[in-house]
Amino acid sequence: MDGTTTVPDVIESEASASVEKPLARVPLVLNKRNFSWITERISGVIEERAPRWWWVAFAITSMVATFGLFCLGYQISTGVGTWGLNHPVGWAWDITNFVFWIGIGHAGTLISAILFLLRQKWRTSINRSAEAMTLFAVICAAIFPGVHVGRVWMAWYLAPLPNNYGIWPNFRSPLLWDVFAVSTYFSVSVLFWYTGLVPDLATLRDRATTKIKKFLYGIFALGWRGSNRNWRHYEMAYLLLAGLSTPLVLSVHSVVSFDFATSIIPTWHTTIFPPYFVAGAIFGGFAMVLTLLIPARAIYKLHDIITPQHVDKMAKIILLTGSIVGYAYAMEFFVAWYSGNQYEKFAFYNRIFGPYWWYWWVGMLFCNTLSPQLFWFKRFRQNVYVVYFVCMCVNAGMWFERFIIIVGGLHRDFLPSSWGMFYPTWVDIWTFIGTFGIFTSLFLLFIRYLPMIAMSEVKIVLPEANPHHAFPGEHHTVAAGGKERT
Amino acid sequence: MRTPSGNKVYGMGAEYPSATALYEAAKRVRDAGFKRWDVHSPFPIHGMDEAMGLGKSWLSAVVLAGGTTGLLTAAVLEFGPSWLIYPLIVHGKPTNWATVPAFFPIMFELTILFSAFSAFFAMLLMNGLPRWYHPVFNWQRFSRATNDGFFLVIEARDPRFTELEARELLEQSGGQHVTIIHED
Repeated sequence: MDGTTTVPDVIESEASASVEKPLARVPLVLNKRNFSWITERISGVIEERAPRWWWVAFAITSMVATFGLFCLGYQISTGVGTWGLNHPVGWAWDITNFVFWIGIGHAGTLISAILFLLRQKWRTSINRSAEAMTLFAVICAAIFPGVHVGRVWMAWYLAPLPNNYGIWPNFRSPLLWDVFAVSTYFSVSVLFWYTGLVPDLATLRDRATTKIKKFLYGIFALGWRGSNRNWRHYEMAYLLLAGLSTPLVLSVHSVVSFDFATSIIPTWHTTIFPPYFVAGAIFGGFAMVLTLLIPARAIYKLHDIITPQHVDKMAKIILLTGSIVGYAYAMEFFVAWYSGNQYEKFAFYNRIFGPYWWYWWVGMLFCNTLSPQLFWFKRFRQNVYVVYFVCMCVNAGMWFERFIIIVGGLHRDFLPSSWGMFYPTWVDIWTFIGTFGIFTSLFLLFIRYLPMIAMSEVKIVLPEANPHHAFPGEHHTVAAGGKERT
Repeated sequence: MRTPSGNKVYGMGAEYPSATALYEAAKRVRDAGFKRWDVHSPFPIHGMDEAMGLGKSWLSAVVLAGGTTGLLTAAVLEFGPSWLIYPLIVHGKPTNWATVPAFFPIMFELTILFSAFSAFFAMLLMNGLPRWYHPVFNWQRFSRATNDGFFLVIEARDPRFTELEARELLEQSGGQHVTIIHED
């Protein structure tokens, strides 16, 4: 609360009301970089020739993606039996992958919307790439429910349209809610992302050196010229999109969890699922954001923009959400015991000691519950290798968690006569690996052709972006009695 | 208004060294009574709306209308088929008021969906975007408006606009590179 003395000519009463006091904080952009440095640094990533590592990485990921698409084609043309689904395990890797990918998307929206509403300025360095990650993750997620219906040419049954007998879909089914939730989520995320991109596309347009670039960036920049009459509506639209995305992101994974929670399968039929799933989604998503950004930062030398402070804060969010998830796991066990329901009790016993025991011990216990606890210590939050290790644990752990919930619930339910196991086929495995190929290919294309950091937003967090900011030794006053209310 | 060479004049622009300078200049132009003018900056400047004498953006009203439309659309979409056209009894759930909450998730989603689209398109509409050609792009220096430049442009259409007065105001408020911008 000190530091006001550096602004001597600001009237004290007004200063406390209107001027942001310069607290002794670690700056969000290090080394006193200026506006044009930010433009140069971030646009430079796109404007330089594609480095060799990029081509190698893109060749590999696009090959994996192509093989994944081949697997999808094979599954569609041959039938859903190419997957290892059976009775009683009618949902396995397909829905696990769906929940896994859609959950990853949630961190992007949390960063772009919720942290925006909470005025967390550090989000500006990471929101663009996190939102891109959201879109790509949702694309990967959408593949699975679309394809697992078996006859994909009947997928239009998901749409709110009457079929040939005039029967409409059941609007009270969580599966239909899911269709609405996921498609709304994707559409709103695209709008939010693109709205944020427009000023940066204008920057790229104004820097473009070739006609084609100028034309393409120009088209998508919509003729943006940084006018304040435009910023005024733009900022309102951005704020409202953030406000709309905030309940939306909480609703999406809640609705996904309803797919399970409204059934009667032991371990699925619980009221804890919506918050438990949302926390898990943000947990897994932040791990994926760091998984992508730590290498990107190292390769493109963006340490002044994505600073240790950013990694530290994301690690703290992983710790928080990881602990919520750990609490939810514990509460599931408690409720199973306390309910006295023999099927619930057995299902949770089976989770730890049943045939899928190691999924629980490694995935849920070690990866999700224990590994993030390292982030209680600053030493570990500031060590990139430890952070990366924990993120990798969380990435894997969250996939295992969804698998345990889905297959663990299905494979041994009420009647021992209908117990079974799930064994993935090569199509299962390669479709999943293929979605990683799609995801990373899209992300690589994104960092090549679009600014991976929101330039116009990072510029706002520089001290000189604030018009009420006074440089030492410069005569600047906030007009007393002026009309401005800031 | 035309220049001696016959070009139609769009207005007069000046560049300012910092966000603070632009902010102060905007207040002076506002107080001088100009109406058709604008400032351009690489990022939104805090408090600039007030410095320019602009009020709150009523984009929010459009979004409210959009959201309401979404909610009603969902209600019609759900209750129409499920209650009137082809009532479905699934899991023995009746079609009465007790089951209405099961319709809420889709109502919520469509409210958000319609609101978001109205926010986006209202933003474009109220800003007159997309507009790929604009006279300010004729000004060489203006390309810095998306990098690190701060600009103020007074339009020639403004009733108070005279070349002399505008130039004096821009120069006195600390504007550099004061330039006449051509329409074409």
